[in-house]
Amino acid sequence: MTLANYISAAPEMTLLGLICVVLVADLFIDDEQRNVTFWMSMVSLAITMWVLLATAPSARTIVFSGAYVSDPLSQAMKIAVVGFVAIAFLYARDYLRANDLHKGEYYVLGMFGLLGMMIMISANSMLSMYLGLETLALSQYALVAFDRNNANSTEAAMKYFVLGAIASGALLYGISWVYGVTGTLEFSAMANSIAANPDMNGLSLWFGLAFLIVGIAFKFGAVPFHMWLPDVYEGARTSVTLYIASAPKIAALALLLRILLDGLSELHAVWADMIMVLAVLSLLVGNVVAIAQSNIKRMLGYSTIAHVGFILLAIFCGTGKGNAAALFYTLTYVVATAGAFGMVILLSRRGYEAELLSDFKGLNARSPWSALMMMLIMLSLAGIPPLVGFFGKLNVIDAVLSSGYTGLAVLMVLASVVGAYYYLRVIWYMYFDAAEDQAVLQASGDTRLVLSMNALAVLGLGLVPGWLWALCTRVLG
Amino acid sequence: MNLFTQHLLSLLVWLPILGGLVLLVIGDDGNARSVRAGMMRMSALLITLLTFVFSTAMFAGFDNAEPGMQFIERLDWIPVINAYYYLGIDGISAPLILLTTFITPLVVIAGWDSIKSRPAQYFAAFLFLEGLMIGVFAALDGLLFYVFWEAMLVPMFLIIGVWGGERRVYATVKFFLYTFLGSVLMLVAFIYLFGKTGGFDLLGFMNVPLSMTAQKLIFLAFLAAFAVKVPMWPVHTWLPDAHVEAPTGGSVILAAIMLKMGGYGFVRLSLPIVPDGSAYFANFVIALSLIAVVYIGFVALMQKDMKKLIAYSSIAHMGFVTLGFFLVWSISSGTGAALGISGGMVQMVSHGLISGAMFLCVGVLYDRVHSRQIADYGGVANTMPTFAAFMVLFSMANAGLPGTSGFVGEFMVIIASFKANFWYAFLAASTLILGAAYTLWMVKRVLYGEVANDNVAKLEDLNTREFVVLGVLAVSVLLLGLWPAPLVEMMNTSIETLLAQIAQSKL
Repeated sequence: MTLANYISAAPEMTLLGLICVVLVADLFIDDEQRNVTFWMSMVSLAITMWVLLATAPSARTIVFSGAYVSDPLSQAMKIAVVGFVAIAFLYARDYLRANDLHKGEYYVLGMFGLLGMMIMISANSMLSMYLGLETLALSQYALVAFDRNNANSTEAAMKYFVLGAIASGALLYGISWVYGVTGTLEFSAMANSIAANPDMNGLSLWFGLAFLIVGIAFKFGAVPFHMWLPDVYEGARTSVTLYIASAPKIAALALLLRILLDGLSELHAVWADMIMVLAVLSLLVGNVVAIAQSNIKRMLGYSTIAHVGFILLAIFCGTGKGNAAALFYTLTYVVATAGAFGMVILLSRRGYEAELLSDFKGLNARSPWSALMMMLIMLSLAGIPPLVGFFGKLNVIDAVLSSGYTGLAVLMVLASVVGAYYYLRVIWYMYFDAAEDQAVLQASGDTRLVLSMNALAVLGLGLVPGWLWALCTRVLG
Repeated sequence: MNLFTQHLLSLLVWLPILGGLVLLVIGDDGNARSVRAGMMRMSALLITLLTFVFSTAMFAGFDNAEPGMQFIERLDWIPVINAYYYLGIDGISAPLILLTTFITPLVVIAGWDSIKSRPAQYFAAFLFLEGLMIGVFAALDGLLFYVFWEAMLVPMFLIIGVWGGERRVYATVKFFLYTFLGSVLMLVAFIYLFGKTGGFDLLGFMNVPLSMTAQKLIFLAFLAAFAVKVPMWPVHTWLPDAHVEAPTGGSVILAAIMLKMGGYGFVRLSLPIVPDGSAYFANFVIALSLIAVVYIGFVALMQKDMKKLIAYSSIAHMGFVTLGFFLVWSISSGTGAALGISGGMVQMVSHGLISGAMFLCVGVLYDRVHSRQIADYGGVANTMPTFAAFMVLFSMANAGLPGTSGFVGEFMVIIASFKANFWYAFLAASTLILGAAYTLWMVKRVLYGEVANDNVAKLEDLNTREFVVLGVLAVSVLLLGLWPAPLVEMMNTSIETLLAQIAQSKL
């Protein structure tokens, strides 16, 4: 154990220390003073971000006996997850206050989840990966049940917990098989040992692999392991949904990249087919079922499933281009989704959750600016240029085409035409229909500000996508 | 080259877009008669007029003898994939840009009083649309082209959906999804070509060798995008719906400019990028075009709704455009091929003016009576003599009367098709009868005869605003009909360049 170990893991350790401080300090704060907890959490995130930037690794560094890796990819992803958790907190504060849910535990759980995500992103062995995953998952279960008097929330949490436990079991079972065959838990050693002994690449390893894929697909919400996702998105309070739908998707991508590409890249031919089937099913089921939804949170849940299809197809290519495309897609998708749930928060008020699509009717008459922002976000999710969602799709289609799968590329664009329908429907409710609900929007200035920044980021990233694209290519290319 | 001419195209693209943004941010105050709403109208008009003035500077500085692109601007945009902010025009795109900047101010004036709800958003949408349409015609980078091409759908979607008629939601969603479906296939083709050339340069696409299979597939992908836009039979069904439900200004832009993008796509992309693929499918496209000319002509004859009738007549007239473009391979002598393409181009510009004028005429009646049904009118000439004169003129032009611009393009295409095949010419020429039949029969039922009902009896003739709009269009229709030389000369060199590219096999 040298100092280098600790420097590489400094962001996680700093965050853990700060979480403990916030947790204890929160015990001595009255309900009226919860803002103090909020600001302490935001400062903790800022400090973590600063430590992250200060300890930027120049090259791939593997520490803690191979359990932990620090490389440009982990750096970029961690900056993104810290940022998105901060955004989720910013959106959450007023919403929680308005619903009498403003408790310190919210931020503590959120930050524990963040710690789990950071560990997943930096995991270099199956065990550290699993530990990070469970830290994240447990925080999420508790967050979903945060409004404990709400039957929907508790039901969603129960469902999430039971199915999540099964998926974790599958993952763990897969890990044990892979360990049994290769004799190691560390990703790079695993890759080396499979490359050195081609006869390892056989049925028993594939058997383990299948269970790993099931676990990963569950965490992503890929069809047919998606059942939990719309229920959880709908049942959880909107600020929690926003949290679940944003940063953890990036961590899920890390899970996929680390296990399949760092550890089992030799088995690409085997897992590529499984990923492709999951991806195509997700694209089709997500886009088609989303059309039938009347609840916008559920609709966005199915839309997530469809977007996961795109991300998985990028990974399916197994090329540097595909991986970079997956990262770009995930990051930009998360920006837009956070904005979409932020809009649901903005429309909600004390005792009223604006979660039905019809709540968006006539928004242009009530608040033209909010309607415009929501339109930008919806168009981005639909993949209409010049918004950033288009460039995400462009990247993935390029990766798929350059690997020679023209049919898949055509399928993807056709699926996005189907998808465009339900995003357009939100725009038509906002602009073409008369309002059913004439109440004045009650959201505070800072929620509006964050939302505007968020939506304009979707536009700005679309007008100037080059730098993010270059960054994704550099860390994964 | 000074700073102004160097950035002239950017100015044309961004001036309306930024103006639209300002209008959108200032927004409406809920009262269409307020001072603020008046200011919004006035600034929209000023911006579009200014854009038109700048575009005449482009016309003045345009070099007819230059075979390549002019007014080129090229900046880095997305270096990772070699995508550039790359603008430039030649004799094929310049007339269409002029058409755009000419029509848009007229549309703004046409919406002056008739738009009662949210005027700021209405005019902002048209300004966005103008900038994006000019962008489509000026882009020389495939990705940039696609961005403008798709982004254009959004303001039109809103224009039809917010300010349209009763079935507006159905019409606008159909419009959006139809065109989006076509365009995404073009995107796949672009990305494939990007894989081949390592960039999105449209001129680079024209030089890359491609196998026959690839060319066929790319041609079909382009065809999906452009055929929907033109629109060609049988993917035209979105157009009558969209036209009927759109507000007058939306119909005018749709018919006058957006349809031209399909035709422009064929000459700018399909013909030069996949010449062998185009040759392979040429007869197929010619067949579709002739069906559009003949069959859709009969369909137009049966319409009871004036806007629908003009919409179907647009489809028939656009059939001439695609017919002219794809005659190239059926004609052995060189001059005939050039005639077909320039005939198609002239037809696009002329149809832009005439169909715009026809929709404005219907708009004039609709503003007064709130009906588009032919049966609700009759004897309008008695109460609106000036209007009747204009409408007769535009109807004659629509029917292709010599001396109007409608004649020039159709005549050139018919001559070219005679050189190709007698039967092509025979079918194409039937439009002279059909076009006259459906247009003039409508004119007869609407304008002439006894005053049909009280509504017609109470009609007031054109006000100054309407007179100016229709007058400007009437002058340009006649001018182009009597003296088309400047337009044809503007295109000649570029069409020769295009023919040289088509002649060169890329296999």
